[in-house]
Amino acid sequence: MKTDAFIIASSDQVPRRTLFKRFPIPRNFGVSSSSRIERGKTWPAATSLTRVKTFEIYRYDPDSNRNPRLDRFEVDLDTCGPMVLDALIWIKNHVDPTLTFRRSCREGVCGSCAMNIDGGNWLACTRFIEETQAPARIYPLANMKIIKDLVPDLTHVLAQYEMIEPWLQTKTPAPERERLQTPEDRAALDGYYECILCFCCTSGCPSHWWNGDRFLGPAALLQAWRWLTDSRDEATGERLDNLEDPFRLYRCHTILNCTRTCPKGLNPGKAIAEIKKVIAERQS
Amino acid sequence: MKRLSSTHARPLSPNIQIYRPQLTSVLSIANRISGVALGLCAIALVVWLAAAANGPETYSRYQKILGSWPGQILLLAATFSFFLHLSGGIRHLVWDTVRGFELREIYISGWIVIIISILLTFATWLLSQMIGKGV
Repeated sequence: MKTDAFIIASSDQVPRRTLFKRFPIPRNFGVSSSSRIERGKTWPAATSLTRVKTFEIYRYDPDSNRNPRLDRFEVDLDTCGPMVLDALIWIKNHVDPTLTFRRSCREGVCGSCAMNIDGGNWLACTRFIEETQAPARIYPLANMKIIKDLVPDLTHVLAQYEMIEPWLQTKTPAPERERLQTPEDRAALDGYYECILCFCCTSGCPSHWWNGDRFLGPAALLQAWRWLTDSRDEATGERLDNLEDPFRLYRCHTILNCTRTCPKGLNPGKAIAEIKKVIAERQS
Repeated sequence: MKRLSSTHARPLSPNIQIYRPQLTSVLSIANRISGVALGLCAIALVVWLAAAANGPETYSRYQKILGSWPGQILLLAATFSFFLHLSGGIRHLVWDTVRGFELREIYISGWIVIIISILLTFATWLLSQMIGKGV
């Protein structure tokens, strides 16, 4: 959904106008020599096309011993599906079969095709091509080690997810049947359990860019709250002890890029505020 | 045997170099920059007081610097920094109570911070001009 509005009410809104398309800093600001992006190749387009859209795509070939580059592709919109993911598949089928990206469900429930589209993190399968700029700029998720092209290495962020112990923990003896929840208790999980772990939020968080080694990031912390607020879970104290740390939790400075970018419309920023509030309350 | 992978270190994908500035991130960094600016202002304030304590000659020299064009621009920036940091800080206090986290509310409060800061800066300067002219 494109908008000219000053007030963004839903994370799927794409701003048509911004004063700056990127922060006014040098392109290679703080970038290590092996991560610098070089000028790439312009792939020739078929001449007979009538509706053409240009895509600039980040490429990195681990076998080439060369730096990443930005390639230009022309996509024929008449034979391509409507979504950015369709354009990537079109390029892979028609232009360059080595273009590498993750994708699975193509309907926004698996989180595989998360990438940076026109400067914001989103799922390629739920972003319309017509919502993108000309040329559309596709990078991998921001601030990730890149395995190849648009495929980031998620080992670190998944390890951070594991750190919050995302499973039900109980101390009381197991009951005869399921641990029951009232509809109200169950409703407390709404807006938190739906996370698909695409890591758009963690990858879009400036605090995680600078302190990602120790700050858990919005995705893991949203899940931390999902278990803290679960009425069946009995490890609340231990979970809070595990989080109460200047870096793990408190490197969140409520920037809220996470809530702005979540492709599922969830609210990691709010979840983190809930955790901070509970910790403050238990200290008083 | 073909070498399977190169010795090239895995690159880090760009972050701030490509990420689009949004009201969320811009106001966050603005809050930090204005905080640093206010820290410097505190030093300037101490120097101003020291100058006043040192006697009328030093004081008038300091006042002359403040009255010059660059000095006036710096003062205006300091006034704006003060109100931006103040209203931004209040916004953060509200967030600490887990209120105002819907995306719509985040954007509304963000624009309110900007508008209020501009208005209060203008009001302060208008008032100082009026006092300066002895109205």
